[in-house]
Amino acid sequence: MTSNYRKWPMTLFLGILTAPLILMYFYLFVDTVTNSPPGSMIPNEWTLEHWRFLWQTLPGKPTIWVATWNTFLFASSTTLIVLFISSAAGYSLSRLNMPGRSFFLGGVMVLHAFPTVTLLIAIFLILQMVGLYNTLTGVILVKASLELPFGIWIMKGFYDTVPWEIEMAGIQDGASRFQVWIQLVLPQVKPGIFSLGIFSFLAGWSEFILPLVLAPNNDVQVLSVYLSSLIFDETNFDMGLFKSIGLFYVIPVIILFLFFQNKLMNIYSGGNQG
Amino acid sequence: MRILLDKFTKKFGLTTVIDQMDLEIHHGEMIALLGGSGCGKSTTLFAICGIHKINGGRILFGDKDMTNVASQDRNVGMVFQSFALYPHMTVEKNIGFPLKLRKESTNEIKRKVDEIAEMVHIELLLDRRPGELSGGQQQRVALARALIRRPDVLLLDEPLANLDASLRLEMRSEIRRIQQETGITAVLVTHDQTEAMSMCDRIAIMDAGKIVQITEPKNMYENPVSKFVAGFLGSPPIAFLNGRIENGSFIEPSTGTKLPVAEKIAKRVNGANVCVGIRAEFFQPGSGTTIKGIVSFVESHGREILYNVTLPGGNILRSIQSGQSGAKIGDHVEWGINTDHMLIFDSEGTRI
Repeated sequence: MTSNYRKWPMTLFLGILTAPLILMYFYLFVDTVTNSPPGSMIPNEWTLEHWRFLWQTLPGKPTIWVATWNTFLFASSTTLIVLFISSAAGYSLSRLNMPGRSFFLGGVMVLHAFPTVTLLIAIFLILQMVGLYNTLTGVILVKASLELPFGIWIMKGFYDTVPWEIEMAGIQDGASRFQVWIQLVLPQVKPGIFSLGIFSFLAGWSEFILPLVLAPNNDVQVLSVYLSSLIFDETNFDMGLFKSIGLFYVIPVIILFLFFQNKLMNIYSGGNQG
Repeated sequence: MRILLDKFTKKFGLTTVIDQMDLEIHHGEMIALLGGSGCGKSTTLFAICGIHKINGGRILFGDKDMTNVASQDRNVGMVFQSFALYPHMTVEKNIGFPLKLRKESTNEIKRKVDEIAEMVHIELLLDRRPGELSGGQQQRVALARALIRRPDVLLLDEPLANLDASLRLEMRSEIRRIQQETGITAVLVTHDQTEAMSMCDRIAIMDAGKIVQITEPKNMYENPVSKFVAGFLGSPPIAFLNGRIENGSFIEPSTGTKLPVAEKIAKRVNGANVCVGIRAEFFQPGSGTTIKGIVSFVESHGREILYNVTLPGGNILRSIQSGQSGAKIGDHVEWGINTDHMLIFDSEGTRI
């Protein structure tokens, strides 16, 4: 692409605009491995003490590895549930002439628009009643069901782009409707499943309010709750430690993006290239 | 296998698209369902393959009643306009898919795929995916997939519409060759009269959910039962003149030209308003009953030249000539109509 304007003013302008963000990331990293004298921004010594949470258990907290494992379990379980149900429900809503189809379509829309916070107390009461309060299972089920409307809607959109002829051809070839779905249609919406999977995982990884309210106990704590408990701890607040754990918390997200950014970019150019 | 539609009725909601249609397709025959869009030809096809449930009547394959048999169990091969290949499978997997569903052994599938691939000339493409094939190649794969389990009937839904012109010509003869080699009963749905005439043993021409005429292509061209059929077949299209029959002749009102009409017909409709159809090959210089007009359009088809001749009253006659008559736009000409081949229709459009 050739430009018909000079580049440097725009570069400078955008540079100034982004500088605070870049500086923040830079200091986030620098502060985790250094100490600075009070009142100064220039560090004066290297240290690994802010990363001590990796080999020590902080007083009154679970080990970081339990929290990490919980977070991983939480994010991947919700992702699996969301993927499984969305790919089936999206297909039904897109293709099957089932009773109440338009009701479900509208209902899913409304549910998607519902703010989570308004449901919190009701969900809390329900979980307590069925005995799933303070369990990972409970919060996984809640998170998955709140993610479902979005997932179903996305998958329906992907199914809508698959040509009907492929299904008709499958039926003619002797496949049952179920075989058509599994063997012929599902492979066409792979990009959709993939992107929904990534998004659900990230949403699960960063979820805070649900685990905080529904599963606050040490043994079921996820990283976001673990992190927030550090802020609430007013007696010995350690900014460097907080930043290190924060960095530790986003590393998987960054890795995920590094590996899959191409696929995430391709989501909308994917689909059916028959 | 013989296919019989017996009083077949199809409704979409409250609209009856096809009302009590009868159609018999002979064993080993290739028949064309020809008609404009919305005439019900594709609906008929989908009823035969079972994708549409029918609202009345029966469908028989041979002597077996297939009316309530599920699509999967009908043993029908279908080629779609968009080919509908499975994008994620190789050509080999695409063609073998129907056999895989029948749980045939891998070796058996391989052998049959190779055999059919050779017949449709795609043996070198088996490892490719549909996205890497040209339109004509995709078409061949679609045909192979439809034929591999030896279906009772092969259904072709506008199979040539997505191909470019030169490929269309090639695939026309290829499909016909493969159909004749396999001896399979085939139904072709098309809106293109050339396709129907060149590929099929018989043509069923449809209009508004009814079969208007069903016969061999040549006979349909020469003896259409109605103005609709006459207008649908033939390129360039037939030209129509309105006028009256008086004293054994058709009178063209604007020129007063008298075109003699067979005695039997003339007697029956003496004094009535009729419409005559004159095909371009029967309006030529130097023979027949002459009529005067002005050349209003000249179109070269290479070997032949098409002239439109406008009569004083505004009616247009067409003439297709292989010789060089040298007429130019605006020339006054006096060419002859071969009155033996005039097609005469009454005011409702029915052939007299």
